[in-house]
Formats: sequence, C-alpha cells, structure tokens
Amino acid sequence: MCVGRTKGKRRRVITNKYIAKSPAIAARLLGGEMMVMSAVDSTFFTLNEVATAIWLAADGGTTLAEIVDRKVCQEFDVDREEAERDADQFVNELSQHGILLVSDQPIVNLPAPPEMQ
Amino acid sequence: MSLLAEMNQKALQLGVPISVHLDITYRCNERCVHCYLDHDDHGEMTTGEIADVLTQLADAGVFFLSLSGGEVLMRRDFFEIVELARQLRFNVKVKTNGVMIGKKEAARIRDLGVEQVQISVYSHRPEVHDTITKLPGSLKRTIQAIRFLKSQGLKVTIANVLMAGNFFDNAGVIALAKELGVSYTLDPTITPKMDGDRSILALRLPGSDLQQVFHNQELVGDVEQFCAPPPPPGEDVMEGYPCSAGHTACYISPYGDVFPCVQFPLPSGNVRRQKFLDIWRNSAQLKEVRSIRAKDLTVCSACAHVGTCTRCPGLAYMEGSMRGPSTADCEKSFQRTGIPSANMMLGGQVGSVGPLIQIRPMA
Repeated sequence: MCVGRTKGKRRRVITNKYIAKSPAIAARLLGGEMMVMSAVDSTFFTLNEVATAIWLAADGGTTLAEIVDRKVCQEFDVDREEAERDADQFVNELSQHGILLVSDQPIVNLPAPPEMQ
Repeated sequence: MSLLAEMNQKALQLGVPISVHLDITYRCNERCVHCYLDHDDHGEMTTGEIADVLTQLADAGVFFLSLSGGEVLMRRDFFEIVELARQLRFNVKVKTNGVMIGKKEAARIRDLGVEQVQISVYSHRPEVHDTITKLPGSLKRTIQAIRFLKSQGLKVTIANVLMAGNFFDNAGVIALAKELGVSYTLDPTITPKMDGDRSILALRLPGSDLQQVFHNQELVGDVEQFCAPPPPPGEDVMEGYPCSAGHTACYISPYGDVFPCVQFPLPSGNVRRQKFLDIWRNSAQLKEVRSIRAKDLTVCSACAHVGTCTRCPGLAYMEGSMRGPSTADCEKSFQRTGIPSANMMLGGQVGSVGPLIQIRPMA
C-alpha cells in the first residue's frame, strides 16, 4: 500500500507520461529481476522488483501515474510520493538510453511481444 | 564483478540456460578447409519448429541467443526467424560469412535490433582468404558486407580462425579490422569433422606459432601477466566448474539435437521429441556434465595449470573422456607459460586425438 500523499506538482508531472518499452531492446526476467539490454549501445541494466513491475506495465497506453497507483502502490509497501519520485527518475534514466519510450500521448503501433516470465 | 557476470552467476545458481547457440542450418555457400560440418540438409527444423523452440527458450529464461550455421542466410526464412527472436526479446548475435549481405540485408538486420554480427575473415589477402573458403571473390564480398553493416551502425566483430595456412596474416586482419572500425577476435581452435575425419587437425597451428600468438601484446594485452606461471589452485578452483557448457549454456543443432555446447558433441536430447525444459532439467547427459568439478578431472586435477587452463570439456570428450585432458589445451597452456601440463608429463601426446565420439542423433 502507498501511504504517502502526493503533492500536486509532482503528481501532474508523471500523470501525463505514457511509457512503452522500446522495440530495440532485449529483456528477460531472471529470478524476479528484469535484465534489459539496449540493442543500440549495448547498455545493460537489471531492474529491481519495483522497477520490473513498472517495466512490465509499460504498455504505451497507461500513464506512469496509473502504473504507480495500480502496480507499485498496490503490490509494494512504499510511500506514494517516494514511489512517484523514484518511478520518474527510473523512467528518465531508461528513456535517456532509448530503452523506454516516453510521450505525453498514448504510444501506439509498437510490436507487443509476449512478456516472458 | 560486472553486472553481466553477476547475472551469469545468478543464472548458474537458479539453473537457468541464459545463453543458447542455435545453428539454423549446416548448409553453406563456402567450403572452408577447416570446417567441421558437412553441408547437407539432413532434415532441418522448419520455420514453425524453430518458432516453437524459440518460444520455449524464452520461457526457459534464455537471454543471449546466437544464430549460426552453416551460413544463416542460406535459409530463406532467416529474417523471419530473427524477427520472431527479436519479438521474443532475445539479445541476438548473428554469425555469418557476410557473403549474402548487401545494403538491403544490412538495413533489415539493423531494423530488427540484432545486437551484434560476427563475421569470419581468414586473411586480408584475397588469395589466402578465398583459398580457405574455396569461394572466389568471397573476401571482397565479406568486406563489403562489413561496410554495409557498419554504415547501419551495427556492432561487428571479425572472427579470425588461425591455422597453419593463414597464421602470418593475423596482423593484416587486425589492421583490416581497425580500418573498418570493427572489433577483432582470434580463435586458434580447429576441431575434428562431424563425420570423424581427423585430417583437418593437421591445420592446427604448430606449437611455435601458438607461442608467438600468446606473446603478442596486441593480441593478449599484458604478456607478462597472460603468460605468468599458474598460481597454486585454491579450494575454490578445485570445487569449480570447467565452463558454462550445460550449466548456463547449451547448443541446438538444425535438427533439434541438444548438446552442452557446439564444441561438446554429447547428445542430450532432441526438441522434436521433448520439451526443451525437460531436456535442460532432466537429461542424464547434462546432469553428468554438471556433476563434474575440477577435483574430479582424471589427470588435470593434479596439473599445475588446473586453475588457469582453457581446458575444453568438449574437446576432452572428443578425445575419449569429458573428465580427461584436452591435448589442444595442454599445448596452449604449455606454449603460454613454458610449463608442461600433467598430461604431457605422463606422456600424453600433444596434438594427438584418441577415439572420436562424434555428433550423432540420440539412440
């Protein structure tokens, strides 16, 4: 459960963000952690459980705020404000490497492969 | 420990096959003098069968997928296979001779998100390279392919198999790699042919040439460190595994046969008859491979090189025992350090090969 309150400004920032996995990545779940590698620059990441939950929910049609509400706050014992801050930082970092796509509009027409567990 | 090494360690602990080498065909447009394969189609898996295998591999947790052959582009469905592999989010590496890669193919490989392309180059001189591949004009076409791939921004590695016929050209290939802006890797390993023909082992580099390779700073980095005498092995070494074959990696042939490694022809199951995970988890052969620790090796456990040798259990298997020495690696350890291996001191003939156990279908 998320226990914190969200301040309006921060909330608005992530509410408008739609996120989707880039097609130019390789990814696989290993023991609860997602391994992700960029096919563009071979940057390699491992995502912890919370980041993995955000990653799995990044379908291009759900906002980051909804993902934090439905996935992070429902499944992990975290403070909402902290969760949003961390999620925002996580998304910014991965988007800089082209691993996550971010838009203020729903992201459509991306191939949607089955997510392997 | 790097992040990748950590993931490999985690895969080992969890029993996950993190890397798979899949040969999609043994057919080839080159006839390299040192090649261990035949080049006929004895019933390759269909596109549908490969699609099913790829899905199973993804379910099993495979992350690194090497697609190789034969020449991968001899399959008309090559791009279909790569596309599916990428949809399943594998990290895909393609091994090819590049002869069939033009502008269009290079762009397609880039668009599909292939992480790396490895291309075989035997010499910077057409008269040497083309003699090895037995395909006139092949070096020119291969270099052109590398340029096309590079122009698409792809990561390309030149793989330079060193043998008696091209040893003196390795500096030329390194210079070529630099000129093309690609990575270079060398491999001095020649293995027996699938049909049991051992004649190609005569192509192996003689010891004196290996010694030169191992003392070449450009190839090995810090020569003093690389060629240093082996330290006494600790308990961790004796309790350790020989390599990733069968532990976190395996090989699948174009006919669906599963082996611990492409260089370890111990038939362990067939994906046409069993689910991949069933083979991976329950194959008696893979379990035997996994049971072997350095302390169990018949000769090598008492060898000074046991902690630093590149001993290949597959080559050892081809010489008669997966727990025995691999004489080719004894030679490498000796030429690297000047210290004879335990096998050599026992009279094991370097360069000899005992009764061969070749790739064959499961009984």
